[in-house]
Amino acid sequence: MNDQVYFDEMLGTEGKVRRPYQSFNTWFEAEEPKHLRAKQREAEDLFRLTGITFNVYGRAEAEERLIPFDIIPRIISGREWQKLSRGIEQRVRAINAFLYDIYHGQEIVKAGRLPEEMIARNDAFLPEMIGMRPPGGVYTHIVGIDLVRTGPDEFYVLEDNARTPSGVSYMLENRETMLQMFPELFLENRVQPVSTYPGDLYNSLAACAPEGLGRKPTVGLLTPGIYNSAYFEHSFLADEMGVELVEGHDLRVEDGRLCMRTTLGYKPIDVLYRRVDDDFLDPLTFNPDSALGVPGVMDVYRAGNLTIANAPGTGIADDKAIYSYMPEIVEFYTGERPLLENVPTWRCSDKESLAYVLDNLKELVVKEVHGSGGYGMLIGPTASKKELAEFRKKLEARPGNYIAQPTLSLSTVPIFTKSGLAPRHVDLRPYVLVSPKGINITPGGLTRVALKKGSLVVNSSQGGGTKDTWVLED
Amino acid sequence: MLGKTANGLFWMYRALERAENTARLIETGQRIALTRMGASDEEWRSVLQTAGALDGYIAGHETVTKDAAIDWLLRSRDNPSSVLSCVEQARLNARLVRTALTGEVWEAMNGTYMRVKEVLARKVSERDLPQVLGMIRQRTGLVRGATHGTMLRNDIYDFARIGTFLERADNTARIIDVKYYVLLPSVTAVGTSIDNVQWETILRSVSGQGGYRMEYGASTEPRDIAQFLILNRRMPRSLAFCARKLRDNLGFLGSDYGERAASYAKIDHIDRAYLSFDIDAVFDYGLHEFIQKMLLLLGDLGRQIEVDYRFYE
Repeated sequence: MNDQVYFDEMLGTEGKVRRPYQSFNTWFEAEEPKHLRAKQREAEDLFRLTGITFNVYGRAEAEERLIPFDIIPRIISGREWQKLSRGIEQRVRAINAFLYDIYHGQEIVKAGRLPEEMIARNDAFLPEMIGMRPPGGVYTHIVGIDLVRTGPDEFYVLEDNARTPSGVSYMLENRETMLQMFPELFLENRVQPVSTYPGDLYNSLAACAPEGLGRKPTVGLLTPGIYNSAYFEHSFLADEMGVELVEGHDLRVEDGRLCMRTTLGYKPIDVLYRRVDDDFLDPLTFNPDSALGVPGVMDVYRAGNLTIANAPGTGIADDKAIYSYMPEIVEFYTGERPLLENVPTWRCSDKESLAYVLDNLKELVVKEVHGSGGYGMLIGPTASKKELAEFRKKLEARPGNYIAQPTLSLSTVPIFTKSGLAPRHVDLRPYVLVSPKGINITPGGLTRVALKKGSLVVNSSQGGGTKDTWVLED
Repeated sequence: MLGKTANGLFWMYRALERAENTARLIETGQRIALTRMGASDEEWRSVLQTAGALDGYIAGHETVTKDAAIDWLLRSRDNPSSVLSCVEQARLNARLVRTALTGEVWEAMNGTYMRVKEVLARKVSERDLPQVLGMIRQRTGLVRGATHGTMLRNDIYDFARIGTFLERADNTARIIDVKYYVLLPSVTAVGTSIDNVQWETILRSVSGQGGYRMEYGASTEPRDIAQFLILNRRMPRSLAFCARKLRDNLGFLGSDYGERAASYAKIDHIDRAYLSFDIDAVFDYGLHEFIQKMLLLLGDLGRQIEVDYRFYE
């Protein structure tokens, strides 16, 4: 498989610099490699000083780590972006309509487009949400759509992140770092700004506040705390939005409202941007062992006195088993053909699919239905015989726990190495904000890059890095 | 502001102040050891005691030696008051209250932590000690400077200052508590050379030699030292100075929040009843008893601040 030709976003398939990269390439060729290497180190020092770190689960010695940053930007033309964003908007609209339907009439099930057991026997479905309309009618206030590219015009959605997508702080800090290190690049290239995101996020959340407040809503960001892997991002966003960063023990329910303990006593919060899972929201409703949540917060929510973003129960929309129905879902709610492709997916719960998957394990990527972060997945083409045999056993034991997809020829973007530019596989997570005022997509997103040669795994927890992502003004 | 944030700010700046004070105590101990023949390990015992680290030290060591004492004070993770522990604690609290700090303060704090952690990763050799201690003082000064130069004068700043001055007052009180006997009016008119060493130690521990000379001239008198450390309103590490700052900042909080809290009444009482007389009144009260009383009152004030501003649930 090493002979396979991948689409490189800078050099295409024939080594000719593609249009969006032309100005960048001219600059790059005039630069001293030694100078760039120094810049690469400078970038790392900058990240470390700013404290842009993440915690790796299950690794005590690596308390705080940097996500490696590569100085070569990933560049997307304005035209490519326009097309992408139309597809993203359509998909996000459909996801919201789907969630409303699932917790109300379930028309999609009645119409026979989605099997009932996909809902009823899904852990991500929250019966507590049945018949409940969240303020503003919005379920997924913040969405991250993971995209991969296989050719000049071929984009696939790999995953929808409709619960609490993370990584947006890297999108912002990567740009800040590039602006600081290579200001001249931004004079020569007209790059659409991403720095509007925190303000847009605040406005979008505030626009979803409970109706009839009669005052400016108070927004709070709920974090599991300082040891969470994404704590830096939580504090960064709270800081940029100018809202309080709260933990469960700062909160309590008083007089039917969610309140935070301030130096002046308990004060109400109207919109809670929560970065904790459903299970940890309310020990009275969900996980009784949770020390993270706030007893009674779901009652406040159901009474319409609080907006929770994203709404509880949105996980049903980004479940990997539901993913395989996304083309049907988009068509059912928008009445249009999906603009973005889904990766063909075999549901191993299905007998015929399972047989196919077992026969072709070496060519496929197998994922856990409820897994995330690249944990517990098998990449057939690079797996050892032992890994394949082990996974075969897992599949046979619990087929319903897995889906399988073909190994896509992911596009590459060059990274800067000791020996110059070298192609590495990438994906892209654009960030989408939803409010009654509309859908807002920040031009750019987080580009994750597999730093190991030939690797297809871009997750930061598995040694992936990030790049600044440019969307040009054409 | 969240009660938790007030708590984090208070402890971030307390820990930072403590790191700096501990570094200064080590510097003093080292200086005395180098310049005075026969300075004994007894001196390190009193340094440990002043730093509030003696009990913990004794639990893990059989004898007091210079090397072990310095290591314990500088970089032991078992000692919560060691410079390394304090800087780590300050940085942890800074992460907790990241949204309340300016970018410059956070970067100064994080940079301090990175540098201190690197330098204190291994035992510090005698030769490197002066530079390391100097670096710690400079770095903590950098955080304070960034705070002073970039933070809004609002409740965030007030809690930062309250943490700083409560810790500083406590530190000065402990310095006097350990050495109070050398400041008592002497039966002989002239201090012995041992007294001179002790007086120098006290002044150095608060970086006060120069200031003392400006205020009282070249001759060192125990009565003047006591006055300088307890009542002098120009000396930034004196009890009276720290108490005024605490009263100011608790007063600002009171006007910001529209009501004076119980802690304000307490600091006001400390200032009026104990720090507004002359030094004879302190000696009449009994220097040791006075300092013990101050330590008690400061502890009580800290607890009242926690309650008044809802640090905890």
